[in-house]
Amino acid sequence: MRNETMTLNMGPQHPSTHGVLRVALELDGETIIQCKPMIGYLHTGMEKQAEYKTYTQSIPQTDRMDYISPMSNNLAFCLSAEKLLGIEPPARVQAIRVLLTELTRISSHCVWMGTHAIDIGALTVFWYTFREREKVLSIYDMVSGARMTSSYFRVGGLSMDIPAGFLERCEKFVDEMPAHIDEYEKLLSKNPIWLARTKGVAPLSAKDAVAWGVTGPSLRGSGVNWDLRKSQPYSGYETYDFNVALGSVGDAYDRYSVRVTEMRESTKIAKQAIQRVRELGEAGEYRVRDFKYVLPPKEEVKTSMEALIHHFKIVAHGFFPPVGEAYAAVEAPKGELGFYFVSDGSSRPWRMKVRSPSFVNLQALPIMIQGKLVADVIAAIGSIDIVLGEIDR
Amino acid sequence: MALTTERLEQKLRERFAFVAIERQVGDAVRDHTLIVPAESLVEICTFLRDDSELEFAMLTWMGGADYMPRAPRFETIYSLLSLTQNLRITLKVRLPEENLKVPSVVGVWPTANWHERETYDFYGIEFVGHPDLTRILLPEDWIGWPLRKDSPLGYEEVAFTHNTPNRKLPSPSLKKLAPKKVKYRAQ
Repeated sequence: MRNETMTLNMGPQHPSTHGVLRVALELDGETIIQCKPMIGYLHTGMEKQAEYKTYTQSIPQTDRMDYISPMSNNLAFCLSAEKLLGIEPPARVQAIRVLLTELTRISSHCVWMGTHAIDIGALTVFWYTFREREKVLSIYDMVSGARMTSSYFRVGGLSMDIPAGFLERCEKFVDEMPAHIDEYEKLLSKNPIWLARTKGVAPLSAKDAVAWGVTGPSLRGSGVNWDLRKSQPYSGYETYDFNVALGSVGDAYDRYSVRVTEMRESTKIAKQAIQRVRELGEAGEYRVRDFKYVLPPKEEVKTSMEALIHHFKIVAHGFFPPVGEAYAAVEAPKGELGFYFVSDGSSRPWRMKVRSPSFVNLQALPIMIQGKLVADVIAAIGSIDIVLGEIDR
Repeated sequence: MALTTERLEQKLRERFAFVAIERQVGDAVRDHTLIVPAESLVEICTFLRDDSELEFAMLTWMGGADYMPRAPRFETIYSLLSLTQNLRITLKVRLPEENLKVPSVVGVWPTANWHERETYDFYGIEFVGHPDLTRILLPEDWIGWPLRKDSPLGYEEVAFTHNTPNRKLPSPSLKKLAPKKVKYRAQ
């Protein structure tokens, strides 16, 4: 008995595995000898289903992948389809998209911070972060009619224009947010228990992070200066003024501080985006004016024959991309989220492949916790910020 | 001079002069895509990773695709990223249905491990040299390769070992996780 190791099964119903992640741990006492994450409990075959749907019909599926940042998923999907079609939405649409995806980043990081803190014993933070997350959700509600599954972006633009009073509401939230982030930091940043549970825990070197394909805050926590918004800008990010937060050691605390700084930077970007939407008009163009790809305005449908035909064709068949393929990625709250489309010229994708950040980042878990203690597994899972809906798809 | 994908392709052709590297053409092929033969895949990938000018240190993703009824029916797709050059390149390997084998690139980029398992899971493509080629998203006892074009979307009973006679698959259990030799701490 003395020389035997123990295999411990953690999950898939364990509350700190953030969904239905199962981790098999081989232990020598409290020390982890080997760790094997097992996934697939939420697999619903979204990539297969997409091959049987038009592009627009797949957008609601993307909400359900990373269900705490739906707008980022919508954006990645639409950008990839737009790249395939070779179209670019108007500047106003891009500004609204930037505004909403940055709010999404704040809300996603709020969920992460609350749940991560609960996992390692700080229950209080959760009530504060979810208060602000709810504000973002009601902004979603205002703009799209749904709190969580927004499906607001469309290929070539948005599903509808922003409502009156929307920008004021966003502005109020963005102005209040830095003070709230200070509150969170007061609870955690110098808290001795928090420091003991995160400093030096689950370290990931820059070299390992790159080799394991880790992206997002987890990569930047290891000190690699790589943010798609800066290095391969999309939706006009090159025109916004913001900084990229970097860690140094690559431990759980560095990932925490990177995300906190990112929330502050996101409020900065959102503020600039609000200003830009104001300049371009609070009401105006919200999709490309090419009705081969998007629905024509309802007024025109009632008066113009061509618009009626376009309306009918878009509703009945969708749009027809050229034969080819495209991959486009965005810097989602969790890392590089990309969609790869293969088109055979029909209105349905021949192949849709999702490059989800959580799927790749989770792979680095075993090397983070090798030789560490069981309690560090919880801190490590929390610190890489995974969503199983996106891993299993 | 900033490195472009054209320059990269030229460099690759010079280095692998005797390997049939083909550029995928098409109006709407939006990314620079090179089709390489399966037998030189690992060599090409290692070169791309280690060359001091290129440094494709990250495999962003890899996946598969089924082009039924085209003649080389399957494809594996590798999307590489160079952080230093800020450049992406896509590699493809075309595989005929009769010989669904491609060398694994886990030795080049460890991140390929799960991607290759996923591709195996979806298409049944065998990655030669993969350390643990098992199903990842689907249940262990699932029968069939769901993302192949001849696999139905639904509307019929799902084939498992318990409802499909004479199709017993070995079921990997937790035992498999424990290696034969384990280094123990001093007691």
